[in-house]
Amino acid sequence: MELFVVSLLNGLVYGMLLFMLASGLTLIFSMMGVLNFAHASAYMLGAYIAYTLSLYVGFWIALLIAPIICGLIGAAIEMWGLRRVHKNGHIAELLLTFGLALIIEKGVQMTWGLMAVPYRIPNGLDFPLFDLWGTQFPAYRAFMLLISALMFVSIWLGLTRTRIGLVIQAALTHPDMVGALGHNVPRIFTLVFAAGTALAGLAGVIGGNYRVTEPGMAFSMGPIVFVVVVFGGLGSLTGCFIASILMGLIQTFAVVFDYSLADLLAMVGFVVTKATPGSEFLMVTMPRIAALLPFILLVAILVLRPRGLMGTRDT
Amino acid sequence: MRFARTILSAAAAGIMALAMPVAPAQAQETIKILYTDPLTGPFAQVGDQNLKQFNYMIDYVNSRGGALGRKFELIPVDNKSQPSDALIALKRATDQNIPFIMQCSGSNIAAALIEGVEKHNARNPDNRIIYLNCGAVAPELTNDKCSFWHFRFDNHVAQKAEVMARALPADVKKVYLLNQDYLFGQSVQRDVTAFIKKLRPDIQIVGDELIPLGKIQDFSPYITKIKASGAQALLTGNWGPDMTLLIKAGMDAGIDVNFYTFYAHLGGGATAIGPAGDGKVRSIMAFSENHAPDIKNAEAEAWTKSFREKHNFDFYGAALRLVFDSVQAGIIKANSLDPTKIAFAMEGAKIKDVLGYETHMRAADHQIVQTYYVGSFKKGAKYDAEGTGLGWVVENVVPAADLDQPNTCKMKRPS
Repeated sequence: MELFVVSLLNGLVYGMLLFMLASGLTLIFSMMGVLNFAHASAYMLGAYIAYTLSLYVGFWIALLIAPIICGLIGAAIEMWGLRRVHKNGHIAELLLTFGLALIIEKGVQMTWGLMAVPYRIPNGLDFPLFDLWGTQFPAYRAFMLLISALMFVSIWLGLTRTRIGLVIQAALTHPDMVGALGHNVPRIFTLVFAAGTALAGLAGVIGGNYRVTEPGMAFSMGPIVFVVVVFGGLGSLTGCFIASILMGLIQTFAVVFDYSLADLLAMVGFVVTKATPGSEFLMVTMPRIAALLPFILLVAILVLRPRGLMGTRDT
Repeated sequence: MRFARTILSAAAAGIMALAMPVAPAQAQETIKILYTDPLTGPFAQVGDQNLKQFNYMIDYVNSRGGALGRKFELIPVDNKSQPSDALIALKRATDQNIPFIMQCSGSNIAAALIEGVEKHNARNPDNRIIYLNCGAVAPELTNDKCSFWHFRFDNHVAQKAEVMARALPADVKKVYLLNQDYLFGQSVQRDVTAFIKKLRPDIQIVGDELIPLGKIQDFSPYITKIKASGAQALLTGNWGPDMTLLIKAGMDAGIDVNFYTFYAHLGGGATAIGPAGDGKVRSIMAFSENHAPDIKNAEAEAWTKSFREKHNFDFYGAALRLVFDSVQAGIIKANSLDPTKIAFAMEGAKIKDVLGYETHMRAADHQIVQTYYVGSFKKGAKYDAEGTGLGWVVENVVPAADLDQPNTCKMKRPS
């Protein structure tokens, strides 16, 4: 029970962090059809910018400003980069974002150095909120949960209850029609890209001090976020949300359960020994492959249900 | 076309200028040591910081007269963490008759270098080269794969594992092992287990886990498991994010477990752990800046302090001055620059390390036997780490004599 509740909380926090990163990407991906490789770089930039700002103006103001700076950078990338290469097709856009990811990583290394920076949790939140059978639950995690929940609600309200949200939704599926009705579709694209990048920046501000702010952080978070987006389905914020939480919980619980395929077979009366063919593979326990499970799920969903969990069209 | 020709002739002129003999700035040629490690790419920080520390040591050895009236010089060559590039560096060294090649990170690269050096030296008796290993720690390199031309100046994994086992306080009865699922991590797992069984049969290993290298984003579930196991100490060979995220997750959950690591004291570890780690994290190390004042070695303290004043990072690699001290002593003893004579002079040498403890380069396998330390990351250290206000305070000193482990090396010496 103890293990279960603590793991549930852990999975939830991790899932929500994934959601913060993935929500921006899913908006961009579904609108432009481009997997934005530079998305995790915006997450890294958010963390680094927040670190630098927090040295001068404190964490709370950095929390506000850093995502805005990231959003402006995103807008610039869309207006002067993606829009130009758009006519050359998706591959060109993909390569552009890939190049940008490398440039941003190098830029960060040159600006802030190769080492981790001491970006710390603000003092006001650096205390254990409550105690569960002796395991502390830090207040900062609760804060992360709160911010990401607020984010989910506001994006959802923004997309479904406001005029601009409706236009964006329309532009997702019928950009030509929306353009014909007199809306400035390129500007909507810029807006969405900027908002998506700002969300990644926000995730960086919050995730950077929860984890470690170092030049490799974009690379380590990138793949799992793609998995969430594809798994959740194109154009579906709810799908993205469910996928994030699911990935968080799967990875957390896989670590806790020390079972292998061999144990499963033992339950039906088949005992695996060293002599059994493939015993090496059968005896691998769940924790050893926990981090790979999302990728296995990615392959499975692409084969079985290409549109993703709640997607409206095929990937 | 004319433009292209202009470029070509300009380039040719440039090449000519490079090829022209440079006016001899020094009357005598230097003794060169080619140093190869990653200087670009994701591990560039390792090579970059090593280079700064080694140059500082070279200055020291040169200030003490160099050898045979010559000064030492370090030639850095990037190997991008690739064995193939390290072999190109080796070729470059042998082409220029450089007598030493030095390499620190990656046992796969070290294995390739040992093989390359063996082959080269067998074929070119007039132009041999010595391989100075400053940190590739797979035990095999001085056991099954041992070579007369290879000298290792850091303790190998089994020796480090013994240091860790010896450092566990008497009241620790339950430990948890967590390592990365690849050659190094598995080796740590195997050796630490072996030494705990041998030296501390009273300790129970309550958990033993392998994790995929660099794939875990959230270590909280592991912490939950570790807590549930009732372990008092967590022993890990993890490095990089796998180490820092693990420790951070432990601090966040406030579990009452001490972390014993191989690499927390290396570049970036202290920053990532931060003040929350006060008194909770231990690391095994060949050197600590705080040990010099402990044993009242003013000379060592002044020497390491002046490094800090010159560079803005910690002098964690100071123990490796031994490499240059050994080379200097070897050349002087051999009274020659012939690598074969130097290698014979270097084996079996007993030289004092930076802190004044005697080390022994075993002739049997060319493995250094040196005093090792367990440092605790604490407030109130005289020299803090990476400006965190906390520093590595030495808690255990494991004397060299305890780490003189047996070996299986069958060394072939040149006739």
